Amino acid sequence: MRSRAAYALVIAAGVLVGACSRSSTGVDVPLAGEVTVFAASSLVDAFEQIGAEMSKANPDARFTFNFGSSSTLATQITNGAPADLFASADEANMQKIVDAELADGVPSAFASNRLQIAVATGNPKKISGLADLARPDVVLVLAAPTVPAGKYALDALGKAGVVARPASLEVDVRAVLNKVSLGEADAGIVYVTDVKSAVARVAGVEIPEQHQVTARYPVAVVKGSKNAALANRFIEYLVSPEGQSILATYGFSRP
Amino acid sequence: MRSERPPVLLAALAIVGVAFFILPLVGLLARAPWETALGDLTTPEALTALRLSFVVSIAATALALLLGVPLAWVYARVPFRGRDVVRALTTLPMILPPVVGGVALLFAFGRRGLFGQALDAIGIRLPFTTAGAVLAATFVAMPFLVLTVEAGLRSMDRRYEDAARTLGAGRWLVFRRVTLPLIAPSVFAGAVLCWARALGEFGATITFAGNLPGTTQTLPLAVYIALETRPEVAVMLSLVLLAVSLAILIAMRDRYLRSF
Repeated sequence: MRSRAAYALVIAAGVLVGACSRSSTGVDVPLAGEVTVFAASSLVDAFEQIGAEMSKANPDARFTFNFGSSSTLATQITNGAPADLFASADEANMQKIVDAELADGVPSAFASNRLQIAVATGNPKKISGLADLARPDVVLVLAAPTVPAGKYALDALGKAGVVARPASLEVDVRAVLNKVSLGEADAGIVYVTDVKSAVARVAGVEIPEQHQVTARYPVAVVKGSKNAALANRFIEYLVSPEGQSILATYGFSRP
Repeated sequence: MRSERPPVLLAALAIVGVAFFILPLVGLLARAPWETALGDLTTPEALTALRLSFVVSIAATALALLLGVPLAWVYARVPFRGRDVVRALTTLPMILPPVVGGVALLFAFGRRGLFGQALDAIGIRLPFTTAGAVLAATFVAMPFLVLTVEAGLRSMDRRYEDAARTLGAGRWLVFRRVTLPLIAPSVFAGAVLCWARALGEFGATITFAGNLPGTTQTLPLAVYIALETRPEVAVMLSLVLLAVSLAILIAMRDRYLRSF
């Protein structure tokens, strides 16, 4: 009971701070404190830059990131990991947080992403589309169907009617990208943003519109956050024109 | 052993120390779905992982025996220059993060690795194959066997070997008929430890060999993947690993505690 009262106090304090942080002129007052962001691994580069921008605007604020597959992160949060923010690469894993009554408010969509086939630079295996991924001479790697990128990849292959035999089902989308950039795999289905992040090491092959899958990224403050005001400020920044333009430079589309 | 009443502070800290290890196990046991235990363990994914783990860990132990016993013999009997450094290098995987081991294996034996290119040219592919999973498991588990066997060789009575030699037996015959039977308990203990470590291997396997059910998805990998979608299967598979490890440690208790 005592801990519940303490939580209530913390949340109340958070609400108060949140209410006070915006001055009457509408200019954001710098916020202090620490926020731990649990984010899908496809967000690594974009979020690190956004964290740096946020720290510039709020010199006393610190942002710590925990990147992983959205499903791993959702499991960690529902088991009590101390996350302040959760940014998922799909709605299903965000729903797990909502169902566990751990989302503070309604999750908001802040970005979307599309799939691409990652191949070695110069595309030595001449892969031109999803159908080539079923070729016996192509070593294909996908994300595990338990993580969003893996589920989306199966959706795309299904739409194209391609039955592929992956050599490995990696734990997250960045592991797929690594297997391609290390040359262990000839091809992998990843996000457009992943190919863009590794443009020196891999090339991207477009997936036609009719086989495309759109990944929507929702974000929410996690209930019990000790610094909900700062966490909310992060979300505000994500959906602001500045935040959206940073996301766009990494290849994300508008939600 | 003389029994002694410990100072209160020591006893209190010791109890915390015990709790530190027991509580996670209690947590795991509390989450175990006992009613559906058998069903969870006999799901196709669990059975596939159990079968593959059995094959991979046995193969890794066999490989470790083949290479590790001779290596231990050399360490124990041949005082060459730089022996300590070489021994340190070959036991490094005991404390190296397995993921680092996996990355190193990839750079050596991967398709674009230093030696992997040559292997690829003759049609041998290790990443994404069961052979790759065996290699990863051997890499992290063999040092346990080597150290155990070397300790056995150092503590055995060498007069038996001398006697055999004076009776005209050759070096190989002495090794096979005298040394090996004398150190058999150490070899067995080393093999069991090695097998247990191979069974639990995760990081090097997922990095080097990947994760495909039936080919490279061993028990620990299956636990990791199942945790997100079928936590009850993950818990039951964890308990299997736990029971095996505990049984081994209890069976080996004399080996590791007798001397203290």
